[in-house]
Amino acid sequence: MSSARPELSRRTLLKTGAVLLYGFHMPLAQAATAGFAPNAFIRIAGDGKITLIMPQVEMGQGVYTSVAMILAEEMDADFAQVTLEHAPPDEAHYANPMLGMQATGNSNSIRAFWKPLRTAGATARALLVMAAAQQWVVDPASCTTAASQVIHAASGRKLGYGALAARAAGLTPPATVPLKDPAKFTLIGKPLKRLDTPGKVNGQAQYGIDAMPPGVKFATLAASPVFGGKVAHVDDGKARTIPGVRQVVVLDDLVAVVGDHQWAAKKGLDALVITWNEGPGAAIDSAFIWDDIRKASAQKGVVAKAAGDADKALGDGDRLDAAYELPFLAHATMEPLNCTVHVTPGACELWIGTQIIARVQSSVAATLGLSPDKVKVNQHLIGGGFGRRLEPDMAIKAARIAQKVDGPVKVVYTREEDIQHDMYRPVYRDLLSASLKDGRIDGWTHRITGPAIMARFAPPAFQHGIDVDAVDSAVDIPYDIANKRIEYVRREAPLVPTGFWRGVGPNNNVFAIESFIDELAHKAGQDPVAFRLAMLEGTPRLKAVVRQAAKLSGWGGALPARTGRGIAAQISFASFIATVCEAEADENGEVKIRRMVSVVDTGIAVNPDTVIAQLQGGLVFGLTAALHGEITIAKGRVQQSNFNDYRMMRINEVPRIEVHLVKSGEAPGGIGETGTTAGPPSLGNALYAATGIRLRRLPIDRDVLAGRKQA
Amino acid sequence: MIPLEINGQTHQVEVSADTPLLWVLRDVLGLTGTKFGCGIAQCGACTVHVDGQAVRSCLLPAGAIKGRKITTIEAVGATPAGAKVQKAWLDLEVIQCGYCQSGQIMSAAALLASTPHPDDSDIDAAMAGNICRCGTYVRIRAAIKKAAGAA
Amino acid sequence: MKKLLIVLILLVLAGAAFAGWIVFGPGPLDFTGGSPVALADYKGPDPSGVPASLKTASPVARGEYLARAADCEACHTVKGGASFAGGLAFKLPFGTLYAPNITPDRETGIGNWSDADFLNAVHKGIARDGTRLYPAFPYAAYTMMSDADALAIKAFLFSLPAVHAPTPPNTFAFPFNQRWLMVFWSAFFNADHRFMPHPDRSPEWNRGAYLAEAMAHCGDCHTPRNLMQALDNRRKFAGAVASGWKAYDITQDKESGIGGWGDDSLAAFLATGHAQGYGTASGPMGEAVDKSLMHLVPQDIKALVAYLRTVPAVSDPALPAPKTAPAPASHREGVAVADARGKAIFAGACAGCHGWTGQSPVLTYATFTGGRAVNDPGARNVAQAIVWGVTREGANGPVVMPAFGQAYSDVEIAAVANYVTARFGAAPSSLTARQVAQIRQQAAQ
Repeated sequence: MSSARPELSRRTLLKTGAVLLYGFHMPLAQAATAGFAPNAFIRIAGDGKITLIMPQVEMGQGVYTSVAMILAEEMDADFAQVTLEHAPPDEAHYANPMLGMQATGNSNSIRAFWKPLRTAGATARALLVMAAAQQWVVDPASCTTAASQVIHAASGRKLGYGALAARAAGLTPPATVPLKDPAKFTLIGKPLKRLDTPGKVNGQAQYGIDAMPPGVKFATLAASPVFGGKVAHVDDGKARTIPGVRQVVVLDDLVAVVGDHQWAAKKGLDALVITWNEGPGAAIDSAFIWDDIRKASAQKGVVAKAAGDADKALGDGDRLDAAYELPFLAHATMEPLNCTVHVTPGACELWIGTQIIARVQSSVAATLGLSPDKVKVNQHLIGGGFGRRLEPDMAIKAARIAQKVDGPVKVVYTREEDIQHDMYRPVYRDLLSASLKDGRIDGWTHRITGPAIMARFAPPAFQHGIDVDAVDSAVDIPYDIANKRIEYVRREAPLVPTGFWRGVGPNNNVFAIESFIDELAHKAGQDPVAFRLAMLEGTPRLKAVVRQAAKLSGWGGALPARTGRGIAAQISFASFIATVCEAEADENGEVKIRRMVSVVDTGIAVNPDTVIAQLQGGLVFGLTAALHGEITIAKGRVQQSNFNDYRMMRINEVPRIEVHLVKSGEAPGGIGETGTTAGPPSLGNALYAATGIRLRRLPIDRDVLAGRKQA
Repeated sequence: MIPLEINGQTHQVEVSADTPLLWVLRDVLGLTGTKFGCGIAQCGACTVHVDGQAVRSCLLPAGAIKGRKITTIEAVGATPAGAKVQKAWLDLEVIQCGYCQSGQIMSAAALLASTPHPDDSDIDAAMAGNICRCGTYVRIRAAIKKAAGAA
Repeated sequence: MKKLLIVLILLVLAGAAFAGWIVFGPGPLDFTGGSPVALADYKGPDPSGVPASLKTASPVARGEYLARAADCEACHTVKGGASFAGGLAFKLPFGTLYAPNITPDRETGIGNWSDADFLNAVHKGIARDGTRLYPAFPYAAYTMMSDADALAIKAFLFSLPAVHAPTPPNTFAFPFNQRWLMVFWSAFFNADHRFMPHPDRSPEWNRGAYLAEAMAHCGDCHTPRNLMQALDNRRKFAGAVASGWKAYDITQDKESGIGGWGDDSLAAFLATGHAQGYGTASGPMGEAVDKSLMHLVPQDIKALVAYLRTVPAVSDPALPAPKTAPAPASHREGVAVADARGKAIFAGACAGCHGWTGQSPVLTYATFTGGRAVNDPGARNVAQAIVWGVTREGANGPVVMPAFGQAYSDVEIAAVANYVTARFGAAPSSLTARQVAQIRQQAAQ
């Protein structure tokens, strides 16, 4: 081969070509001696280079830019000159205050880090000002800061942060530092260019799948197609004859082929004859799971929230009951699951893009029998997380494979393996009952049945039989209802692994609640917007966005035949959102979404353009699930495999999307998942308006919409 | 040995003729900007240019492209259409996670090279094969129009 | 009264004539005329048996070649199951029939069968226990197979590992579940004699005829059937529907058949399931190539071509001469189709591999141009390929078109199939969602 892999030259390119350096991190202590590190998020070198360490990982939500903006805002750093670095696994310094662990999820990066980052930036600034004041022997209050400089206007002196770093490093930070008046923000609230995108337009951005440690080999794997199955026998005779195949790794529950490149590994894997011991999982199918969850939902649940006397109110008023159901979903991140691992005697190094870097470190350490400090994890950009990379399973599998391989090995899932070995968004069933009195909801019960992801993911968050995620957006239903009871029935799907999926609990609850509210509006003979507005006295921010969405969408205006508008209102992830969908369904039940209008009040929008982008994308993500998303199980196997049968919305299916931000001075809300939860109920309500047919299950069943099948 | 002309440079690669170009680029030559998404030409993440046309490299056998000019995301910025597309992508902040965007940009650049002023139907035809899971589609459409306007 | 009697007599006569017309239809080789002779009396080189290169091989090796030539495995193996262990379902209008296990398992296979038992089944359609076999097992073709060849196949089958796999019972309703009725069917439609060479034809032709008729049983898919489910050799090889797929006209008709194909193209198509300018075999023909024809030596493929060249042209009026030019490169040009849905789906799911011209930018097997399926205004095979996908053996491993049936509706599949035939074929199709639903039902497994 005349062309060697240019491992080193590529790294050089990165340094010269991009604002960002996703380099290897220095331990904090070492960093301190090299310059000024007032806290875990900021490092200022003597030459003035400012490095910001990102406690939350970038997976497209724009968090690196927003986090950098918050830090730079408070420290008055020159935003154009900052360099970003991934945080290493370090729970003590980088745990997400809202999640209690080093994790990026639940749309709370900005909410959780808003105060800590502002304080960190302000503290750095205060120390730099103190250092300058000391040097100049002036009152610190007489100094100002701008563009990475401390300025003493009275004497016309200026010093760059780099020049002050050494002195600042020796100072004790003040007990409290004042935060900027939001009115004086120069970065926050401006639609600034993202820092991670230049490397993403020219192929230089490094995702986990792009890691290329010297000498790396390539592997792909097949785990038991039946959940819980084991390897019975492997005939690798043919695979070993394929050029480029180096090794066949057989573990108890999976088989991997290692090769000179991914194609050799894939061909080798295809050539294996694997016999599986399928085990009891082979008896599981979708019908069984649905039957099981329906039976479970008939039992009383644990009361998660109650007010007034719901049963009495239901008995007195004009009553409506409905059951809503949501299917299993795969994440199908565009970057297939992967992890590169090098196991050496007594140590291990990983290259991965993950939402939970510390948990990856600890679980791989446990798998290999190492102490966590012997496991080095190199974080990367994430090519789509959506909750899938809140799990360490791919790192554990890769480490188990790497244990058998001499040298580093990059384990990449095929798309088929990725879809068939996901941690699926669980099935949920929602039983809703309500009674109307004087055109308003008087009694309300909502029983949510489904797996408790929290019980597995974060056991302390699962208390008294209640999964706080599963009931999120249900216990805090925004409507003024005097008598209500929200119950939760935990029911795990047998053997099917479940996990968080963009939108998490609110996905289910917002769909069920907003569809049911729509049903109640029609039962009451009221306009769905007016019906909602009348019951939103307690939540004026939501009321305002509902009004605005109705206005901007032309609510009530004429539409063609078989076309309708539907509205959904929600408070989720501490943001207030109203969405109007305009959709049509033809006589065959084929759906066309024409227009989406979302109005969002998310408090202070750190980077408003990012907020808009998250809404646009989140809506597409949710609508994709509503139109096409369902994972089904037969004989213990997932029946979908790739984008031919697990379908994604494409550019020519996407409607006009209009997102409007409400200007607000409130603390920032979450935004990454809100569009996802808003899409399906607004679409379902639009289709009801278009056809008179209520869809109580997702994805949309065209036979039901066409009247060929009962809902 | 298969000779391949990639980004103006000739490489001799030692792979079997059926090896898809994608894996030659990524794993043999270390050009990791071209992405693996599905392996069955359904998502477009692996799109490269072969003689200026957008082609899915995940299925294209290395043995079938002798003598043809291959351009990848790493070098598309040197073409007039590619540079315009990259600029529009940054100007309109198209990108979220970015994993599919190498392919999106390659498809868009090929579209603009052949159709300098595409309308919505041209964009649909050229871009529907590229899946974006983050849902950046509305901005992709706007950025292509912006890049065309800058012609 | 008298008038009624006359009408009745005329009806009976017409019925008898019709029955006679069916029962006394021509045999598979009657088209060639001449005076065939018994194999023993034939002076030319033996048209049966294995190619010269295998003449001295073991009976098992010879049997393997012949079992492939007779394409046993395709029917006697269920997808993902053990070879020859049976289980493949044949969904027929009157119920479902399952191919039996023909591994040497004594309990569930044919391990207890004697040579005579085996010949009885292959030549007469009678199982070891005396029950009658349904003609889904093509014994009316295999009856032409020489005893030696049949027993070589048996030797091969008996060399395989015995697989315990009971064959599921068929689901035929009365009267179709009455196996004994097949006595009459056999009496009418199974000639029960071995292949008779035609001395006036070349040795190559005779070899080709033996391979096509006694072994490959081409007619079982490509020849239309009469009311009694027997082959109607008046329209030999003129095309029929099998397992929900269209087996196209392979007569010498220049428009609907293969009369316009060059010998090399035909040979390439038979040997690889693909010929440039003629498309790629998929569905049951793809399987026939992968499991059977691909394994034949070039001389045998040549012999098949020589034989096929002599089958009289019968036009299938539904099939126009294929369009041989690629579609325009621009999506804007080419045939306009009223339903925009088909084009939209094509742009998203199909164009990446098939291209807007129909000449695949990535895989030669994915080129549409000149292929019969896209030139079939019935669009049946296009729809089948979309619903179920296609897996073919390429020179370097499998070539796969994924299956779209699970995620796309009947309306969508009809629309994209219609777009494909309109854009790449000689005449557009007008497949409906209802027809797609039927096509989904018809495909075996």
